[in-house]
Amino acid sequence: MYASVLRNDSISNPPSTAHDSPSVFAIQGLECWYGTHQVIRKVSLIIPERRITAIIGPSGCGKSTLIRCLNRINDLIPGFRMSGHILFKGRELDDPAIDPLTIRLKVGMVFQKPNPFPKSIYENVAYGPRIWELHRDRRLDDHVEKSLRKAALWDEVKDKLGQNALTLSGGQQQRLCIARALAVEPEVLLLDEPCSALDPIATGKIEELLLELKQRYTLVIVTHNMQQAARVSDETGFLLMGELIEFGPTEKLFTTPGDSRTEAYITGRFG
Amino acid sequence: MPDRHPSKIVERLFKLMALGALVIALGTLTALLVDALLDGGGRLNWQFLTSFPSRKPEQAGIASALVGTIYLMILTAACALPIGVGAALYLEEYVGKHWLARVIEVNIANLAGVPSIIYGLLGLELFVRMMGLGRSLLAGALTMALLVLPIVIIATREALRTVPSSIREASYALGASRWQTIWHQVLPLALPGILTGSILALSRAIGEAAPLITMGALTYIAFLPDSLLAPFTALPIQIFNWVSRPQPGFHANAAAGIVVLLAVLLIMNGLAVYVRQRAQKRLYL
Ligand SMILES: Nc1ncnc2c1ncn2[C@@H]1O[C@H](COP(=O)(O)OP(=O)(O)O)[C@@H](O)[C@H]1O
Ligand SMILES: [Mg+2]
Repeated sequence: MYASVLRNDSISNPPSTAHDSPSVFAIQGLECWYGTHQVIRKVSLIIPERRITAIIGPSGCGKSTLIRCLNRINDLIPGFRMSGHILFKGRELDDPAIDPLTIRLKVGMVFQKPNPFPKSIYENVAYGPRIWELHRDRRLDDHVEKSLRKAALWDEVKDKLGQNALTLSGGQQQRLCIARALAVEPEVLLLDEPCSALDPIATGKIEELLLELKQRYTLVIVTHNMQQAARVSDETGFLLMGELIEFGPTEKLFTTPGDSRTEAYITGRFG
Repeated sequence: MPDRHPSKIVERLFKLMALGALVIALGTLTALLVDALLDGGGRLNWQFLTSFPSRKPEQAGIASALVGTIYLMILTAACALPIGVGAALYLEEYVGKHWLARVIEVNIANLAGVPSIIYGLLGLELFVRMMGLGRSLLAGALTMALLVLPIVIIATREALRTVPSSIREASYALGASRWQTIWHQVLPLALPGILTGSILALSRAIGEAAPLITMGALTYIAFLPDSLLAPFTALPIQIFNWVSRPQPGFHANAAAGIVVLLAVLLIMNGLAVYVRQRAQKRLYL
């Protein structure tokens, strides 16, 4: 098949994106293992700045593992191992001279299930800035407000900042988690199936928010909802059993996929 | 289609057995309490609570034993909690799934099952004699701390495990260090579990007479301990002493002492339940 030839080519030369947005992440020949179980195989791709990059694929194909490499949060999992290169703005991400904690300051993350701390709404957002000693007192209050506004949550919670975050609805909790991540002023936001636990209305709100955040942040979103990828993303990568089958502009991938497996997946023939 | 579930009878039988077990457990407790109240109820008054031991049963009181038990409890908690929580934190959060942690875990579980009299012997040798603390309040508290330490460690590890990993991840994802994550997120959530476990461990310990008798705590103390190195007595020792006297008047005192001890235990267990319920409200709103 031509498709597989094309794919092999794209392994040695990471596909360049059509526009000239500078790359934030350049991933080359990434491989990941949990113990002896290999879950990412020779993945190469480029994540452009201030765009939304979607990773799609059936469940268990390694989407979470892939984006969790980008803030090195996989380091915390015993038995996790990776090889290959991830360049973050030109620097090797696993350079021993770089403290993974500072990477997480630049690369925020939002998880599949909303996971606010069981504390007040205010405390949730203020936690990151406090850890990093970014702001104090009045300035911290202002900063919390600013972060909640960015996450389009301020109007809904401004009168109950002291209330426990768990009293919010699922969609509000997820936007709170986005506000919490934005509060440390990252450059990148990783979102691992951020809407899979939400109803369609809450999902719509989050998608709207993502399009807005794109103005200032680089977003990487994992989703197994193809319509969602099609709606919000500029670039899409299709991952299957740990292999990046195809990566390119979202429109192209969904209209004229270059690989028969991509076509099979987006037309719903498997996964 | 059968008109009833095939396990219906087993279901009933099981329910009945569980109920039986409950009745036996509660019945024993009630019988004990009623018996103690019948025997010692007449002695339960302010004078009994505020008097020191005496050779005359009707003048003897429980003041030094009650205060000794309270001091002992506070000191034991002060020694065992920081060490126990620290050890559990280290094992659970830093060592992780290392085989050494498994070995230590099994050993701690075994230590929790060692008869309390052994801890008394250890306390006698280590604290009373080698460290020269004498038969003091401090030596007693350290001995009791050894006794509850394994249970505190086990309870703390269990409490730490109940903190959802999603909370830890949320903290790490913001760039928090391991210590910040533990201090700001994990410990506050685990604290109620740690406290309930520790309170229950302590309440078991204050009922123990054997280790204190082994290490040689005195029974006849006509004053309240005024320093860490002062001699002391405690409720179970006082009760034990009264029971072993021939005069029936002292037996009434022992019964009244048992009621006081049970009351202290009940208060502590009530506290444990209260702490747990408040915490659950916070985590599962
Ligand atoms: N912590 C882990 N330990 C061991 N195996 C894991 C772990 N997390 C994920 N896996 C395995 O890695 C593979 C990819 O998982 P994941 O990246 O979560 O996939 P996805 O997010 O696409 O559903 C799966 O086979 C899964 O079982
Ligand atoms: Mg996943």
